[in-house]
Amino acid sequence: MLATLMPAIEIHGLEKSYKTGFFGNKLKQGLKPLTLSVEEGEVFGYLGPNGAGKTTTLKLLLGLVFPSGGTARILGRDLNDIEVKRFIGFLPEQPYFYDHLTPLELLDYYARLSGVDPRERKRSVDTALARVGMTASGKTQLRKLSKGMLQRVGIAQAIVHNPKLVLLDEPMSGLDPIGRREVRDLVQELNEEGKTIFFSTHILSDAETLCDRVAVLNKGELKGVGVVADLLRQVSGEVEVVWQGAKAISALSALGARCHATGDTVRAVLPERLLEAALDALRVNHARLTRVTPVQATLEDYFLARVGEEKSAEVTA
Amino acid sequence: MTRDSQIQTSCALLLTLLLAASITLVYQIDRVRADEPLQEVLYLPSPTVVKRLSLGYSGLLADIYWTRVVQYFGAKHKAKAKQYLILEPLLDMTTSLDPKLLPAYQFGSVFLAQKPPEGAGNPVAAAQLVEKGIRENPTAWRLYYDLGYIYWLELKNPRKAAEAFERGSHVPGAHPWMKVMAAALEAHAGETETAIYMWTNILNSTDDANLRANAINRLRCLRVDSEVKILQDRIDQFTKQRGRLPSGWEELISAGLLHRTPIDPKDNPYQLVSGRVQVAQPELFPFIRQGLPPGKEAGDILGQEGFKVVKTQ
Amino acid sequence: MIERITAIARNTFREAVRDRVLYNLILFALLIVGSSLLVGQISVAVDRIVLVNLGLTAISFFGIVIAIFIGIGLVSKEIEKRTLYTVLAARPVRRWEFITGKFLGLVMTLLVNALAMSAGFFAAVAFVSHGLGHGDLQLVTAIYFILLQYVLITALALLFSTFSSPLFSSIFAFATFAIGTFAEDLRGFAQMASGLPRWLMTGAAYLMPNFAALNVISEVAHNTAVQPRLILLNTLYVLVYTAALLTASVWIFERRNLK
Repeated sequence: MLATLMPAIEIHGLEKSYKTGFFGNKLKQGLKPLTLSVEEGEVFGYLGPNGAGKTTTLKLLLGLVFPSGGTARILGRDLNDIEVKRFIGFLPEQPYFYDHLTPLELLDYYARLSGVDPRERKRSVDTALARVGMTASGKTQLRKLSKGMLQRVGIAQAIVHNPKLVLLDEPMSGLDPIGRREVRDLVQELNEEGKTIFFSTHILSDAETLCDRVAVLNKGELKGVGVVADLLRQVSGEVEVVWQGAKAISALSALGARCHATGDTVRAVLPERLLEAALDALRVNHARLTRVTPVQATLEDYFLARVGEEKSAEVTA
Repeated sequence: MTRDSQIQTSCALLLTLLLAASITLVYQIDRVRADEPLQEVLYLPSPTVVKRLSLGYSGLLADIYWTRVVQYFGAKHKAKAKQYLILEPLLDMTTSLDPKLLPAYQFGSVFLAQKPPEGAGNPVAAAQLVEKGIRENPTAWRLYYDLGYIYWLELKNPRKAAEAFERGSHVPGAHPWMKVMAAALEAHAGETETAIYMWTNILNSTDDANLRANAINRLRCLRVDSEVKILQDRIDQFTKQRGRLPSGWEELISAGLLHRTPIDPKDNPYQLVSGRVQVAQPELFPFIRQGLPPGKEAGDILGQEGFKVVKTQ
Repeated sequence: MIERITAIARNTFREAVRDRVLYNLILFALLIVGSSLLVGQISVAVDRIVLVNLGLTAISFFGIVIAIFIGIGLVSKEIEKRTLYTVLAARPVRRWEFITGKFLGLVMTLLVNALAMSAGFFAAVAFVSHGLGHGDLQLVTAIYFILLQYVLITALALLFSTFSSPLFSSIFAFATFAIGTFAEDLRGFAQMASGLPRWLMTGAAYLMPNFAALNVISEVAHNTAVQPRLILLNTLYVLVYTAALLTASVWIFERRNLK
């Protein structure tokens, strides 16, 4: 997890607009000018709701679509330099492969395309397959594999040529909890080998456990970027208060706490700054305090706060 | 982006180059294909079968056959062919697929009937084709005209020719000269003036380049025929006066029988060979009956005998 | 470069061969040839002619149908199924290499397919005429021309596949094939016009793929020799025209945003 100062991805004002409408006369901005850099060796999470522009960014970086403006460099080289792709692995969102091939054939094909040394090709293929735990299904045609297994094959193809930078688009989507756990472990493992990982997701808990840094994107615009802990500190914390005695409910509700009563036991969640007032109210009502615990802020809170700001701004506008 | 524009320019350049090369090659291929002898033996199925196979697109197919007719004739005519073996079946196919295609009947009436190398030399088939056209298009008065032409000029049957013009003149909308032709044929079938009148009308009433060229050719030959007749008269006059044949045109000019050396429509002087008028290059006038050199007349006679054989069938 | 193109070609070939459509069509073609044998048995005098016409037409027809139906999906299916992402996005594969590889892969498939059909066809001819003679070399020429047809039609389908949906691509490809079959007549039509329309029509007629000269089935059935010059010119033409189609495909594909 050593972060050096050399950026793996440098993005400067990269943007993309599409022509839409029946006559191509409407301009839709898929990505507003984006400036971002990903350091070598880090796990970088690229977050945002569906349609935020995450996939567009990846496609721009990989030369599948051409930018309307701005530049980007990958591993210090220009986007148009095709040789840099030897060092990049990419897992598309919900990957599809050639139905009639087996994982072994598929990985062999990709290894050839990536220019893996012919003498090492077989070993690379076998290793990649083993890393995703698919050795047993190596000779089954892809159309007979489950979605989760395809996702593993997808990851295998992204690492078969031992890349320095791995781009994953929604790697956890469509996986069961065990599968997600395995992908998480694999990402950590790859990162420990020194690979830079850039992955997009709309599942925030995954990003929270894995990422060194994250960027939050909404409607094609960057909303925030930074180390996870720093970002969380920006969201004001809340506390959970538990006590016995239903009488105090009305007083705390008046303060703005969300209360849930189970028999005589009441749970309330309220902003940290109201804690003193809440405790005073409990004392006045002779309630018996059970416990007070700070609620851990999550990336979700940060995310909702950021996306929510925009929503309320829209309402007032 | 420079890389992008580089790709664009090189693609555009390469594409232009390749397409130019391909056009040249198509041109070469067409030439090789036109020379192929296999056109003569090309397998021609029956018109009924083709019509059924055309799945209702018989009009388009007829147009395709029609172009083939024109191209086939054009290529063979250029090569001065002695035989036009598949002209008749091609025309039959075309008119079966599209019985209303009048240009095909007109084309056939001229080029099926005329002697080689100016046509297939089969006036009977030509007459049959035009009769078929009349059956399918009874209101097309031009077809009666074409039929009359075949009877008169190629089958040497002025009576049947006049009958055809007469029938045609009753069709509503028929041109008045149909009646004139019918009368003219009754009275002056053998006269060059009648023929000139007829070919002038053909020339003025068609846009078909082949038919027009043919009519002009015909008129040119008719002019030679009438000029040779006049010149021969003058020579005979000279011979009667002097009791000997003239040695050249100068003698006729000094005798006051001619103003200057006579020139044929292709700008060559007529030739005076032992008291006979001849054209300098008979191959330029394929339809002339007068002014042919002694040896060449045989071909003409043979051609006429060819008719007779056909006629008795 | 070469390794990448061959890898793509090989993969295209493998994918096509494992698609069962191909097997069915080969089987069907062999069936046609088999039934043509039956026709030969019935009509005594023209048995070889019927067999040659039917057999060669079947070889031509099946190959063209396969070429169009697989060809139209070569690029658009990869975009639609997003398999293209894993090839072009993170591999040092240039887009023109992808186009070329795809094209070669399908041509290779068709070649193998045609070889199988031809083997059956020659066996049938040998059976009907009790052995093969020198005259049957003309049949090889006809089959060679059919292969050239495949190459042209594959490149055509590929071109349409780079910018259109499979449905429209197949319509375009079939229409162009039909027009190309009448290319000579089209040039004849153009000659009959005059003025500007004549030049425009002639230009258009010359730019259409010239399939007409590639069909010598009926000539060969009647034992007419094909001129060596025509073989040479046709070969050159198909090479040049195919290169033009591939260039156009690359041109379009290089500029395309792969959404």
